[in-house]
Amino acid sequence: MATTMTAPGRVAVRMKVNGVEYAADVEPRLLLVSFLRDNLGLTGTHIGCDTSQCGACVIHLDGEPVKSCTLLTAQANGAELTTIEGVAKNGEYDAMQMGFWEMHGLQCGYCTPGMIMTANAFLDRNPDPTEAEIRHALEGNLCRCTGYQNIVKAVQYAAKQRSGGAMEPGPGTDLDFEHKDVIEHAPEDLQDWGDQLAGQEER
Amino acid sequence: MAATIEAPELLVGQPIRRREDPKLMTGSGNFLDDIRLPGMSYAAILRSPVAHARITSIDTTKARNMPGVIGVFTGEDLADVNPLPCAWQAAGVENNVATPRLLALGEVRQVGDPIAVVVAESVYQANDALEGIEVDFEELQAVVDSREAVKPGAPQLHENAPNNIVMHWTCGADAETVDKALAGAEVRVSQSVANQRLIPTAMEPRGSVGLYEPATQEYTLWATSQAPHVHKLVVAAFVLGIPEQKIRVIAPDVGGGFGSKIFVYFDMPLVLWLSKALGRPVKFFEDRTENYLHTTHGRDHHTDIEIGATKDGKITALKVSTLANLGAYLSTVAPGVATTLYGRMVAGCYKIPNIHVDVKGVYTNTAMVDAYRGAGRPEATFVIERACDLVADATGVDPAEVRRRNFIQPADFPYDTGIGMLPYDSGNYVPALDLALQHAGYASLLEQQAARRANGGRKLLGIGVSSYVEVCGIAPSKWIGLSGEGWGAGLWESADVRVYLTGKVSVTSGSLPHGQGHETTFAQIVADRLGVPYDDIEIEHSDTKGTPFGFGSYGSRSLTVGGTAIYKSVDKVVEKAKLLAAHMLEAAPEDIVYENGKAWVKGSPDAVKTIQDIALQAHVAYDLPSGMEPGLEAVTYYDPPNCTFPFGTHVCVVEVDRDTGNVEIIKYVGVDDVGNVINPMIVDGQFHGGIAQGIAQALYEGAVYADNGELITATMNDYAIPKASMLPTYELDRTVTTTDVNPMGAKGAGEAGTIGSTPAVANAVVDALSHLGVKHLDMPYTPERVWRAMQNGNA
Repeated sequence: MATTMTAPGRVAVRMKVNGVEYAADVEPRLLLVSFLRDNLGLTGTHIGCDTSQCGACVIHLDGEPVKSCTLLTAQANGAELTTIEGVAKNGEYDAMQMGFWEMHGLQCGYCTPGMIMTANAFLDRNPDPTEAEIRHALEGNLCRCTGYQNIVKAVQYAAKQRSGGAMEPGPGTDLDFEHKDVIEHAPEDLQDWGDQLAGQEER
Repeated sequence: MAATIEAPELLVGQPIRRREDPKLMTGSGNFLDDIRLPGMSYAAILRSPVAHARITSIDTTKARNMPGVIGVFTGEDLADVNPLPCAWQAAGVENNVATPRLLALGEVRQVGDPIAVVVAESVYQANDALEGIEVDFEELQAVVDSREAVKPGAPQLHENAPNNIVMHWTCGADAETVDKALAGAEVRVSQSVANQRLIPTAMEPRGSVGLYEPATQEYTLWATSQAPHVHKLVVAAFVLGIPEQKIRVIAPDVGGGFGSKIFVYFDMPLVLWLSKALGRPVKFFEDRTENYLHTTHGRDHHTDIEIGATKDGKITALKVSTLANLGAYLSTVAPGVATTLYGRMVAGCYKIPNIHVDVKGVYTNTAMVDAYRGAGRPEATFVIERACDLVADATGVDPAEVRRRNFIQPADFPYDTGIGMLPYDSGNYVPALDLALQHAGYASLLEQQAARRANGGRKLLGIGVSSYVEVCGIAPSKWIGLSGEGWGAGLWESADVRVYLTGKVSVTSGSLPHGQGHETTFAQIVADRLGVPYDDIEIEHSDTKGTPFGFGSYGSRSLTVGGTAIYKSVDKVVEKAKLLAAHMLEAAPEDIVYENGKAWVKGSPDAVKTIQDIALQAHVAYDLPSGMEPGLEAVTYYDPPNCTFPFGTHVCVVEVDRDTGNVEIIKYVGVDDVGNVINPMIVDGQFHGGIAQGIAQALYEGAVYADNGELITATMNDYAIPKASMLPTYELDRTVTTTDVNPMGAKGAGEAGTIGSTPAVANAVVDALSHLGVKHLDMPYTPERVWRAMQNGNA
């Protein structure tokens, strides 16, 4: 799509982000990450460095992982973008998100959106990677909390799930809270009290 | 999506996945830079390009007239605002205190020192306008190395600090006694070691948002903070002179801290001051280079070690003399870290009869150094664990055996090391050592190493052992405070547990997370102790409005101090619930049994009042025992009776390439003892990250300053944050030695990984080179440095 100048010093851009069409006039120098965060309010894409090292800003541009701090908004004109906000579909977390949750692949969570975007694009290309391949693929994404071990496991978890393999529960177990033998419903006294109040309201 | 597992009896001890995660893995977190307020304006900081200079003039005229600019201010405009305080000075000695102003006034002392601030309609415009400020400097000589800074004739940073000395502090036996013991030792070894400067590099840089509301005269500060209540107190009472009740501090989601977000920084009071001056909310969010230049750094010690031992490896004396580079000014707790948390921990896990520690804090034209990921204990552990290997080398006793022969024994606890630390609470060091050696295959590794050396292989095998003990759960207020170690306040923690009418529970804690999973861990404790469903419990934190004061998260204190406060509040709630249950069941309070959220009369378990029944009655208050107040809530201010002292042994196995000097970790084992564990998945994660940092210090990281004070490693391109491919798999195991210090028997786990790991890697690399004559090598072990050592050692 051709880039057209609209007003002096402004560029008209159109792009589809997480399935929604956007059009805007922006400064030519506006970084894509700024556009996503400040203009569209998609603050899940983070800024962690100024030199394209940390990967906290990784999104998908026409299916490819890119560092959105290193692209101008104008360069994304006409593109289809996916950000971390577009990964879960209909409230269902995707395999990679589940992998990070189950395997404790995140601590502070600042690098996590970029990690998930990079790792998903990697599995698209290499669905059955070795550990060494995963570690290599994540070289553009830095994490200071986890020491990467559980991030690697999260990607392995997602790879297995995406290929239809059996989901092995991670160390992060999904608890059945009924084990506590605590009354599930409101206790009788509370029920009565609620009924009384409801009755009063009707009157 | 539910994994099918056998339902556990209790939540404590279970690896429950974190309730924090869904928002963070979907991009729904709320970090500092995500905060958007109506009318927000944006601050950018003009920083000094030179390390030491007098400011002769500043002209902001051009900047003021640039597009979008709302205001430009310099140090002159803030001349009546106090400098930031130093809240933890070294105890018992004179401290020559020089702390930073919000904006430099007359002189700059490090590259990155803030000189002026521009506030504009956008971040882009604010940064554009920095170009419009003209500053003239009269450059002065700079000094960046602590060893140079204390020499006669060195450039002087502060008038009140002759020879750039911040303080001169000692602990342990007097120097003469220890000298005598050293002189009489059968074996004596000396070594100078450096613990290089690190840059914390939380993935989220720092920032602040300030809002002043004239109608109510209320200030709200959002900050990347590990200690919002402390920041409220300091900014209000010590810097801006605002009534403390008129300021609210909120830490939103915090993207890693590692100590660097404990401190009070210039931008916190500055954004509030600017908001009042301009009538707009003001946001400042540093970029990564600003973070590297001016947010605090860690470590930077130069230490001379002298150690005396018997021929069979018993350590008889230890003398440690350290220059601690504290940077251009004192950060919030810098002198305390370099003294109490370092000097008083150099005995490590060992019974050493004669110890003398001497620490000089030093000003240089560099970024301020303060607590970072272990804070003093990594430096202390590096000293004693290198010393153990030096003793092993000098005596011919196996390094693991040296440690075993000197360990404090289980019967010795509580153990006083004689150098002013609180008594170590509990420990059993041999099992952790044995387990680590066993997991590593130590005996077989020694054989392999001998065989490779005999064969002249090009891959040199090195085995490194590090046994550590560290101090967590800081701290009893009377010990740490002004009456003792010089901390300018107490170090208790608060918790407010409220059971609502509906039986749902809110817990407010002065501890707060920046990645550690407090909400999950704390809810596990409350669910078990109070007997309510885990999902009925909300853990609130990070907002000073309407909450009890708390000291925040650092020093591995959240569980042991903050968690204990919660535990005790739950117990108080249960006590009241039992009194009310007795009334409801028409029984004597002493006959009431309370278990798993239910109360009944001893012997009559069929007539039960649940905590939900009791909570309802407590709130509607139609029928309370005589004299009982309505509500079901308890606040605790918990001051711990002691610190806790987790320990462990780490073993690192490296291969060093004889031709290139490249170091590869081929095995990493950590056996740690943090007492009882609430959530083992979270604890393992804490160790993973800590060990990664420890390895990275040994192999990769190091802040480098040019002689003129320019930070060479000012971007992530230049400072070697490890990538996934640069780190090994960590093999972890645990022993469990509980503590009596708190009722959970837990010791703390946030920093132990960092503390134990660096010496294990260092000892492994030196061990790999030892047959070439190498006794010690300073970190980081880059291929070049290792290659050079091999050439020299082998000459």
